[in-house]
Amino acid sequence: MAIAKKAIVWGLFAAGGTLTSFLFPALIALFLLIASGNVPEGLQFEQIHTFASSWLGKACLFIVLFLSLWHAAHRLRVVAHDFGIRKDTLVANTVYAVAAIGTVLAAFYLFSIR
Amino acid sequence: MSRNPYVRPISTTTWYMRNGRYKVYVLRELTSFLVMFYSFLTLVGLSALSMSAERWDAFLASQQSMGMIIFHAVALLYFLFFQTFPWFKLAPKAMPVQVGETKVPDSTIIIGHYVAWAVVSLFILWLAGVL
Repeated sequence: MAIAKKAIVWGLFAAGGTLTSFLFPALIALFLLIASGNVPEGLQFEQIHTFASSWLGKACLFIVLFLSLWHAAHRLRVVAHDFGIRKDTLVANTVYAVAAIGTVLAAFYLFSIR
Repeated sequence: MSRNPYVRPISTTTWYMRNGRYKVYVLRELTSFLVMFYSFLTLVGLSALSMSAERWDAFLASQQSMGMIIFHAVALLYFLFFQTFPWFKLAPKAMPVQVGETKVPDSTIIIGHYVAWAVVSLFILWLAGVL
């Protein structure tokens, strides 16, 4: 991989790792509350819709999803190698494509919320 | 010409089972599946949110089950011990901080991360109306 490209991939990985380490425990805790039927007030439609309609809310959600997806993609590529899958080009294309699709979907959904 | 060098046979699929450190490494790396899973679960929620209040309520209802409670509880603990805490532990090695001539002690950087994490988590839970 070219050095210039590597810097971008590594930067996304590091930023995503820091972001997920800080935010995902709270995110999983919220999903746990939803699963138990105790949906918090802030996740009722009116409130979460207002949050996701604001530019600040959209920006936060997009950055978190974008960086998390690319962080996971980069690591899953390495995980595939660790488990003996040696077709790196195919694996890289697949995981980065999944991250790219997720990023586009995030932008599309956030754009549709108004 | 030298004879064929001896290559120690190492399995490419189970190599990490030989050593405790390797096992922990693999357990840490597996959290990337959780990151991918929760990113897409959030995307499914966003999709419902972008459609209508009924779709959002249906999404919330679809997430309620004993299976998901157990899954999220296990995932939360797994994520904390194999992603969040190790990430904080390696922070001083990845981002050493120097003030003037003196190096900021590792413990200060690590404690700083835990404090920031607590503040951010409490803020998110407050924003979601849990607190």
